[in-house]
Amino acid sequence: MTEFFQQLINGLSVGSMYALIAIGYTLVYGVLRFINFAHSDVFMVGAFMGMYIGRTSSKSSIGGGLMVMAGAMVICALLGILIERFAYRPLRSRSKLTVLITAIGVSLFLENAGQLIFGPNPQPFPNIFPSHTFQYDQVVLSSKDLVVLVVAIVLMGGLQFLVLKTKIGTAMRAAAFNPQAASLMGININNVISFTFGLGSALAAAGGILWAYKFPKIDPLMGVMPGLTAFVAAVLGGIGNIPGAALGGLVIGIIETFVKGSRWSTWSEAIAFVLLILILLFRPAGLLGTLQPEKV
Amino acid sequence: MLLARPRICLVAALIGSVVLGFFQGQIDPYFVDILSHIGINITLAVSLNLINGHTGQFSLGHAGFMAVGAYTAAAMTLFAGPHVLPATAGPVLPMLWFLLALLAGGLIAAAAGLLVGAPSLRLKGDYLAIVTLGFGQIIAVVFRNIESLGGALGLNGIPPYTNLFWIFTTAALTVYVVTTMVNSTYGRGFLATHDDEIAAEAMGINTTRYKIVAFVIGAFFAGVAGGLYGHFTLTINPKGFDFNRSIEIVVMVIVGGMGNTAGVIIAATLLALLPEGLRDLAGRSIPVPWSSTPLSLHWIGESRPLLYSMLLIGLMLLRPQGLFNLRRGSSKAPC
Repeated sequence: MTEFFQQLINGLSVGSMYALIAIGYTLVYGVLRFINFAHSDVFMVGAFMGMYIGRTSSKSSIGGGLMVMAGAMVICALLGILIERFAYRPLRSRSKLTVLITAIGVSLFLENAGQLIFGPNPQPFPNIFPSHTFQYDQVVLSSKDLVVLVVAIVLMGGLQFLVLKTKIGTAMRAAAFNPQAASLMGININNVISFTFGLGSALAAAGGILWAYKFPKIDPLMGVMPGLTAFVAAVLGGIGNIPGAALGGLVIGIIETFVKGSRWSTWSEAIAFVLLILILLFRPAGLLGTLQPEKV
Repeated sequence: MLLARPRICLVAALIGSVVLGFFQGQIDPYFVDILSHIGINITLAVSLNLINGHTGQFSLGHAGFMAVGAYTAAAMTLFAGPHVLPATAGPVLPMLWFLLALLAGGLIAAAAGLLVGAPSLRLKGDYLAIVTLGFGQIIAVVFRNIESLGGALGLNGIPPYTNLFWIFTTAALTVYVVTTMVNSTYGRGFLATHDDEIAAEAMGINTTRYKIVAFVIGAFFAGVAGGLYGHFTLTINPKGFDFNRSIEIVVMVIVGGMGNTAGVIIAATLLALLPEGLRDLAGRSIPVPWSSTPLSLHWIGESRPLLYSMLLIGLMLLRPQGLFNLRRGSSKAPC
């Protein structure tokens, strides 16, 4: 039973990071209807930015850690906006395949440029938050898991508030619902799309820093597997659906952690993939989504 | 067009490959190496072109199917071969067994294609891309975990059965099958699926079935190419069939022009020569006026993936129909 709770805590913390990344996929899919392949590499850039900012101070404090996160989130938000502006916007009227190929190109570009700039070898990530362990019976809750959970919950709550209660959030939902009608109502679609990219990329950066903080070895290809898993999480929850992405992330994180703790641990990388096939076979709209017929 | 008379082209290519196979001993091994790469690239790129070009889907897992074919064929010649073939077999029996191994590799790859494609091709859009990307990652995990297939070290000492005859015969057959199939009555369905899925459905075309057929046939040829590749390099491991390999094949199709078989053949040839050219460039240095030490170009040797990524973005922004598509504005060329 102790082991079960221990694994559950682990799974929740990994899952909440998947949730943060999955929300980025879902946000962009909501307004532009395409999979932003470069998202997983923005996640990687976020981790590296966190490392560079975190190295500037040797002391770890809660305030300092939050500053590191804020800095990396701003940089990655800018990166996301730039990517959208220069790679995706010129292609908006073209076929989906063209945009998809460009997204793959951007992803590869970030990975390979990262290998040139950051170096291909894994680097240690500084301990940006103070460490402490809490213990109940034999279940250990490390400060790492606590930080991951608290930050993820705060960010997701903030996002929910932003999307449901603010003006720009209303504009985002309108643009996702029907871009043409939204622009007729006076919403500047380009600004909304830029904002969406910035928001998704900032969440990816936060996810990247939390990931690097929990597993403190980072390299330019670190985004590939978490990105793929988080995408599966977004599909599991119903792509385009924000609470669905959060739920999907938690479910996949918990399943993956339990498999890693079992004797099939070497196969854990295959879990997300098998899940994806099963979802596509049995419930292609995801857990919380509804399948919409395509109109001519 | 270059491939306007596919049967004549096929006969000419087959005669060419017999001649190449016959005179292989007289050709410089370096050129044999390059020619082999070109032939295998053509098979891979043209078969992927059926999926990504003619049918308008997007697969990122071609290297995964190649891996399935390579492992299957290698296992047949390496493990089963010595038991099946008599010790004093002439040159003919091993060749027949090799042919069987290649076909088996292709068939198992096609089965894998069906397994992966059937669920994801029922949906529209980008799912196939991500599922095939995942498949490429997973297939590496699978081969790493199967100890009897060498685990992470892979298989070594594969018999050197591949020669230019096999490679170019396969390439010619691939081009022939893909071209004639797309131009047949049945094959119009691929182009209809590519052009407008909803309209095609409305005309009574089962687009899902066309997508799956294209995917399975593409996977079959990728598997055969994988078998040839394994018996050419004589050693295979899971890392050799990673995501970058898939991307290389995708770049060939996009540079050549999606759905343009002749352009894809040219692109596959050029991209096989590119590493040689880059290696040559990397050894040189250019003099710069502001400094006494010339600027070394060694970094070019390692920047091939970066170059590919920039090619992808640049082509999509400026010339989405590919470099070798000379008919202006024709993004849906039939052949």
